[in-house]
Amino acid sequence: MLQSWVIIPVSLAYIGVLFAIARYGDSRADQGRSIIANPYIYALSLGVYATTWTFYGSVGRAAGDGVGFLPIYLGPTLMMALWWQVMRKIIRISKTNRITSLADFISSRYGKSALIAGLVTVIAVIGVVPYIALQLKAVSQSFTILVRYPELAMSGLREPSPVVSDTAFWTALLLATFTILFGTRHLDASERHEGLVAAIAFESLVKLVAFLAVGLFVTYGIYDGLADIFSRAAAHARLANLFAPLGGAAGSYASWAWLTALSMLAIMFLPRQFQIAVVENVDENHLGKAIWLFPLYMLAMNVFVVPIAFGGVMHFPGLAVDPDAFVLTLPMGEKQEALALLVFIGGLSAATGMVIVETIALSTMVCNDLVMPVLLRMKWTRIAERENLTGLLLGIRRGAIVAVVMLGYLYFRLAGEAYALVAIGLISFAAVAQFAPATFGGIYWKGATRAGALAGLSAGFAVWLYTLLLPSFAKSGWLPIGFLEQGPFGIAILKPYALFGLEGLNDITHAMLWSGIANVGAYVVVSVLTRQDAAEQAQAARFVDVFRRAGEELDVHLWKGTASLPDLMALLGRFLGPERAQAAVADYARRRGFASPAAMPADAGLVQFAETALAGAIGGASARIMVASTVKEDVLSIDEVRSMLDEASQVIAYSHELRQKSQALMTATTELRAANERLQELDRLKDDFISTVTHELRTPLTSIRAFSEILRDNPGLDAAEREKFLGIIIQESERLTRLINQVLDLAKLESGRAEWQMQEIDPRMVIEDSIDATGQLFRARNVGLEARLPASVPPIHGDRDRLVQVLINLLSNAAKFVQPDSGRVIVALSAGPDTLRVAVTDNGPGVRAEDREIIFEKFRQAGDTMTEKPQGTGLGLPISRQIVEHFGGRLWVESAPGEGATFAFDLPRAKAPAVGPAPGG
Amino acid sequence: MGKKVLIADDEPNIVVSLEFLMKQRGYVVKVAGNGEDALSAVGDFGPDLILLDVMMPRMSGYDLCQKVRENPAWAGIKIIMLSAKGRDIEVTKGMAVGADAYVTKPFSTRDLIAKVQEMLGE
Repeated sequence: MLQSWVIIPVSLAYIGVLFAIARYGDSRADQGRSIIANPYIYALSLGVYATTWTFYGSVGRAAGDGVGFLPIYLGPTLMMALWWQVMRKIIRISKTNRITSLADFISSRYGKSALIAGLVTVIAVIGVVPYIALQLKAVSQSFTILVRYPELAMSGLREPSPVVSDTAFWTALLLATFTILFGTRHLDASERHEGLVAAIAFESLVKLVAFLAVGLFVTYGIYDGLADIFSRAAAHARLANLFAPLGGAAGSYASWAWLTALSMLAIMFLPRQFQIAVVENVDENHLGKAIWLFPLYMLAMNVFVVPIAFGGVMHFPGLAVDPDAFVLTLPMGEKQEALALLVFIGGLSAATGMVIVETIALSTMVCNDLVMPVLLRMKWTRIAERENLTGLLLGIRRGAIVAVVMLGYLYFRLAGEAYALVAIGLISFAAVAQFAPATFGGIYWKGATRAGALAGLSAGFAVWLYTLLLPSFAKSGWLPIGFLEQGPFGIAILKPYALFGLEGLNDITHAMLWSGIANVGAYVVVSVLTRQDAAEQAQAARFVDVFRRAGEELDVHLWKGTASLPDLMALLGRFLGPERAQAAVADYARRRGFASPAAMPADAGLVQFAETALAGAIGGASARIMVASTVKEDVLSIDEVRSMLDEASQVIAYSHELRQKSQALMTATTELRAANERLQELDRLKDDFISTVTHELRTPLTSIRAFSEILRDNPGLDAAEREKFLGIIIQESERLTRLINQVLDLAKLESGRAEWQMQEIDPRMVIEDSIDATGQLFRARNVGLEARLPASVPPIHGDRDRLVQVLINLLSNAAKFVQPDSGRVIVALSAGPDTLRVAVTDNGPGVRAEDREIIFEKFRQAGDTMTEKPQGTGLGLPISRQIVEHFGGRLWVESAPGEGATFAFDLPRAKAPAVGPAPGG
Repeated sequence: MGKKVLIADDEPNIVVSLEFLMKQRGYVVKVAGNGEDALSAVGDFGPDLILLDVMMPRMSGYDLCQKVRENPAWAGIKIIMLSAKGRDIEVTKGMAVGADAYVTKPFSTRDLIAKVQEMLGE
């Protein structure tokens, strides 16, 4: 049933689904309703890391090495932990600078060096194209296995079929078409390919489902669960020795560590990973979820690797079944046609996902970082003078896609079953690991120079070529094997697998060690020995300080020269199309606060903007060349750069200081305003007070003057009347004196200038003195006064005369307010634990609740409505309260209207031994 | 029968002096110790002139003056405001509510009498 007429339509149908998803994703993106703008799709799309090498190969590795396959998946998991630091920075830098690829990223950091961009591109193409070939091979191989169903035993080799009937060829062609359709929709390579990413995420799901299905089938269908598989494997002669954690050929801890480290770098620097993780990233915050979602995905992908491997080894004893194909052959052997077909589709999804994304990434590099810079430099092509380059640009990018895929196919056809293809996975990893020093150094070390990066990349790449790629050619028979075994020209010290006599390591570890030393060594040493030019210095700051710069409004433009807006517009128009160019410049002008682009000066900022906009389409290096050819630039000396940077940092420092100063000023202003309001309020109160005092003084004066004049004008008044009027004059004079005294007294108390005679006093004496002083008043009104004093009370600390003043005030108030004859006043003294309380209780009219605080205010006598106008100055109670509070006590009134009132005050008891003068004394 | 003068003030001693001065000039005098009493006295007593203190309990001199001026039947009553409040704003307010004169306390008795006689057309 699994003939090719079934498999091929199903495969085509699957690819059709991918097209549909990609189309849907793109149309949604065009409507502004992105379907990939969530962390789950982002994490799934990162699953492009798992290729057929994982899908088929990890089972093969496990069958041979036991857990030797694990480092490839441990590495990414470890690396993810650092992503929030490292990858977020790379993403931020890339978005700010419209980075289109890994080559663009590295070269942009080192002064937009076209040389570095080209070198990175070459390394990536040489390192990764064979990896693409591996995917094509896996598709074709799995197809060959499946189509022979139900036959199982197969020799891995087959006669090469003519190209026209080769599945790998048609697969390659189909993938190139897909990539062109969904990968070159936008001219701007730094823009996201939303449909494509959606399709990749879908592929990640398909391969996971297929792999889990096989795993579950093998574990629970063929065997009786995990325990069953492992116990049988333990009894199996060949498998038993794989149980040792680091048994098998995977070898030592060292090689485990190296493989893990290698995979850590691969997850960042494989061009497809950079494409998905950085260029296609929608929102850097998606990293937060991807950091745990992606490792989870990898775990799920690996959970059944060992069971399938063991199951396969035990299931096909003696049969020449390739362990790399166990995933497919186990269902076939059990006649599970549908499952086998699902596995084939899973493998197809792993292959296509990898090929599509890798091709986009590589073709962008080839176009922007290899072809364009060369074309633009070749004056005779006159390419830079064309009116509209958008068509050419798309053409080059499409051509590059076809070229990359076909290069992969070509390598597959040439290498076939050779070792050079089989071992390419880790060799590719080792190639892209060469990008690590220049990248990490580039984002954290400002001092790293272009020469250093160039030296490091070249040295690392050379060592990689010599210790990994050439030996793989030798093993494939393309070079004399003697090159491996005796060294080139018989020079043993140069043996590629034992360079300088370093033996006993496996090939990958050995190559990693030497290339690492060469790369990092050259990078650091040359960086230290060389100096950056102006452009490099500017770019270094843009990269290393990307987070700091984001917070500052000011941007340093290390550029000097003359530019013209029409020239820059024309330049942008040629690469982006006139409408997009105009829209972009208009938007930039708006952001800088100009009404129209024409009003904007053609300054360093505009040049920088044009270059960044252009970089999105043709890469940083080409953009630099184009801008440089359009504007007239002056060469900046290193001193000029330094002074510009100093100036900028000074401006930043000044603006920071200014912000702080204006903040402080604002605070001060607020405080001043509040203080002013308080002052005005005080002023108003003082005004009111003076007006009230004046009024109070004028009243007795009025009587005094009136009666004095009456006496003057009426000398013949009878004696009684004369006596009466003189009495009034005297009485009002006394009132005036009392008022003046109290006003002065209160002023003294309030200003704290009052003098206090603090001493130990017996409160009973105070009360008795006060009763004596007011006796006349009580007798005159025939009001009863009773004193309730305890036999002994502790002394208090205070001013005797002041306390007497308070008590006289309270007693005379009581005497005035009660009815004559029937009035009764009780003065009581009681001792609490910490205080002494004096209470003056009367049976007068009482004080209304709303008046109980008012009566303690100056000139605010209550009782206007109770009886006639009350006697007194209206200052007695405020003065009394001031005095009591000065002693640390309080004065208040308790009353129910109609039932009298109690004015009471508490005074703190003197502490023994007596303390000194109280505050303000 | 002499003209009628209503004295409205809450300061007893001032009332005594005003009462003496008015009676000496032959006026018929009535005294009210607060605003409300004064208002009812306007109706009952029918004064030709009111010596009106501003700061009185229950109803201020301003309010009383306004009420008198609101009643057309009392249009002929002359009102002299007496106040210890001497600020311009208070004088202006007194004139605004319809007082015929504003005298600041303490006042000269001769001036006050002259003003009363002038008001009463003597």
